[in-house]
Amino acid sequence: MIPLSWYLIVAAAMFCIGIYGVLARKNAVGILMGIELMLAAVILNLVAFWRYLTPARISGQAFAVIVFAVAASEAAVGLALIISIYRRRSTVVADEIDILKW
Amino acid sequence: MPILEFTPSMLLAILSEMGLLVLAGIILLVDAIGRQGSRRNLGWLTASGLAAILIAMFIWGKPEASEGLVLGGMLRHDWPAFTFKILLLFAAAVTALLSTGMKPFGDRGEFFALLVVTVMGMNLMVSAADLIMLYLAIETTSIPLYVLAGFLKGDDKSTESGLKYFLFGAIASAVMLYGFSLIYGFSGETNLYALAAGVQAQQLSPWLMGGMALLVIVGFGFKISAAPFHFWAPDVYEGAPTPITAYISTASKAAGFAVLVRVMLAVFPAIQAYWAAILTAMAVVTMTLGNLLALAQKNIKRLLAYSSIAHAGYILIGVVAVNPPPLGTASMLLYLIAYVVTNLAAFAVVVLFARSTGSDEIEDYAGLSRRSPGLALSLLVALLSLAGMPPFAGFIAKVYIFAAAVQSGLIWLAFVGVINAIIGLYYYLTILKVVYLYRSDDEDRRIAIPGAHAVALVGCIAAVLIIGIISGPWLDWTLQAVSSWF
Repeated sequence: MIPLSWYLIVAAAMFCIGIYGVLARKNAVGILMGIELMLAAVILNLVAFWRYLTPARISGQAFAVIVFAVAASEAAVGLALIISIYRRRSTVVADEIDILKW
Repeated sequence: MPILEFTPSMLLAILSEMGLLVLAGIILLVDAIGRQGSRRNLGWLTASGLAAILIAMFIWGKPEASEGLVLGGMLRHDWPAFTFKILLLFAAAVTALLSTGMKPFGDRGEFFALLVVTVMGMNLMVSAADLIMLYLAIETTSIPLYVLAGFLKGDDKSTESGLKYFLFGAIASAVMLYGFSLIYGFSGETNLYALAAGVQAQQLSPWLMGGMALLVIVGFGFKISAAPFHFWAPDVYEGAPTPITAYISTASKAAGFAVLVRVMLAVFPAIQAYWAAILTAMAVVTMTLGNLLALAQKNIKRLLAYSSIAHAGYILIGVVAVNPPPLGTASMLLYLIAYVVTNLAAFAVVVLFARSTGSDEIEDYAGLSRRSPGLALSLLVALLSLAGMPPFAGFIAKVYIFAAAVQSGLIWLAFVGVINAIIGLYYYLTILKVVYLYRSDDEDRRIAIPGAHAVALVGCIAAVLIIGIISGPWLDWTLQAVSSWF
């Protein structure tokens, strides 16, 4: 059986790729994709921990299910906000969305 | 397991949440079937509904001797949670009153329904005792707040602030959630109070614990807008509809602090020195950065944003001064109460001024003392209270928070706080100088104050004065309330 640590390493790698995407991407949709990757890493973590450490108890699985339900609603709201800004400015590039600054 | 027992009296622990859900439904119903005229009173409906829930909480919702985990360990029905719920309901009611009749969102049912949903999320946040519940509550609060910040679809600033709030918020919550997943993994539990024992039993290395604490602090630091996670605050505060700015800067921050203290005390008691050191550094940077950047601001909403960042720094002093209990956390709670009523009063003036003149620039406040003496006086009270002048609430709050720092041996931290309070006084007085000493051409143009706004403003100012002048009972309350955190 694959050891638990492999899953954790994959999840940590996914999380880091997600963080890199968030920091390096200029496009708001790209940033959103990075965030989704981070959440996917969390879900992988949760499911792996649940399966290996406490398979008899439901809490880890419930946590994972709730995380992807919330991730979906977060993505929906995020895309709605991106659309509303696209309608005003015809751009979704974060650097060009810069009226507010000191 | 006794934790899984259910008795009907446990429903009293979620009395406010149930009430808020019903209220959100009523608001949407009135919005759907009501005539145009009745929609204008949605703000009143929301505020009176929140007030009714507040009264019901005092009658039935008090945690009695049965204080403890309820509903399968998801929530903890205790005095800190109760106090925070009262505070949050008050802040939301004031926000609803300030939104009444405002164009173009004051007659929109979904605006008030989303507001009520965020209050529900925050109420769950402050009583959550389980990682799953905590995450769900934080997101129930955040996601409607993103929408509310970007509610003015026809306004460039508002849409931008909504998007920025969303991006920063989603990143912070994803990092925090990664921390949650590790905490769950290394303890095998999701209940905050059970997992502390699990973590202890595993003999984890302090480095690993510290890493998890750090990830979690990122998420909470965003909620309380503490440096270095404060970048969103000025932009979001400036762009969001002003009542929502008031709400984010008060209620959202208070709920964030409630969660921060509960999680740190319940989950990480073993590495208290470590997280206290991190939070001390954050407190110093937050105070100093907030105050120094506030000096340069021309827009009053941005200025209040930086001032609210600085206040997060002061409040963090109370969290850091956790030993010996309970003065540190009690002073934190007292500061939050004082800060919430004061900041709401300040924003009430900003809302009223912008409503008549359409401007948020500080230079336009010239001659306000002649245009509307009452409004100018309210601003004076609010800003002096924020600056920490007696006899207002902010003074009492600052005294106790610095006293807590001294008591726990952090005299230098209290010293940094006092210096920062002096810097703060300078920029608050700069606004008052413009209001009272400068003349303007349209001094004969009055500023209209509608009934709802007047009620909100008078309520907040009265609270500032009452807390400031009669401080004893409030301190006793907070001292008693926080004792069940330990």
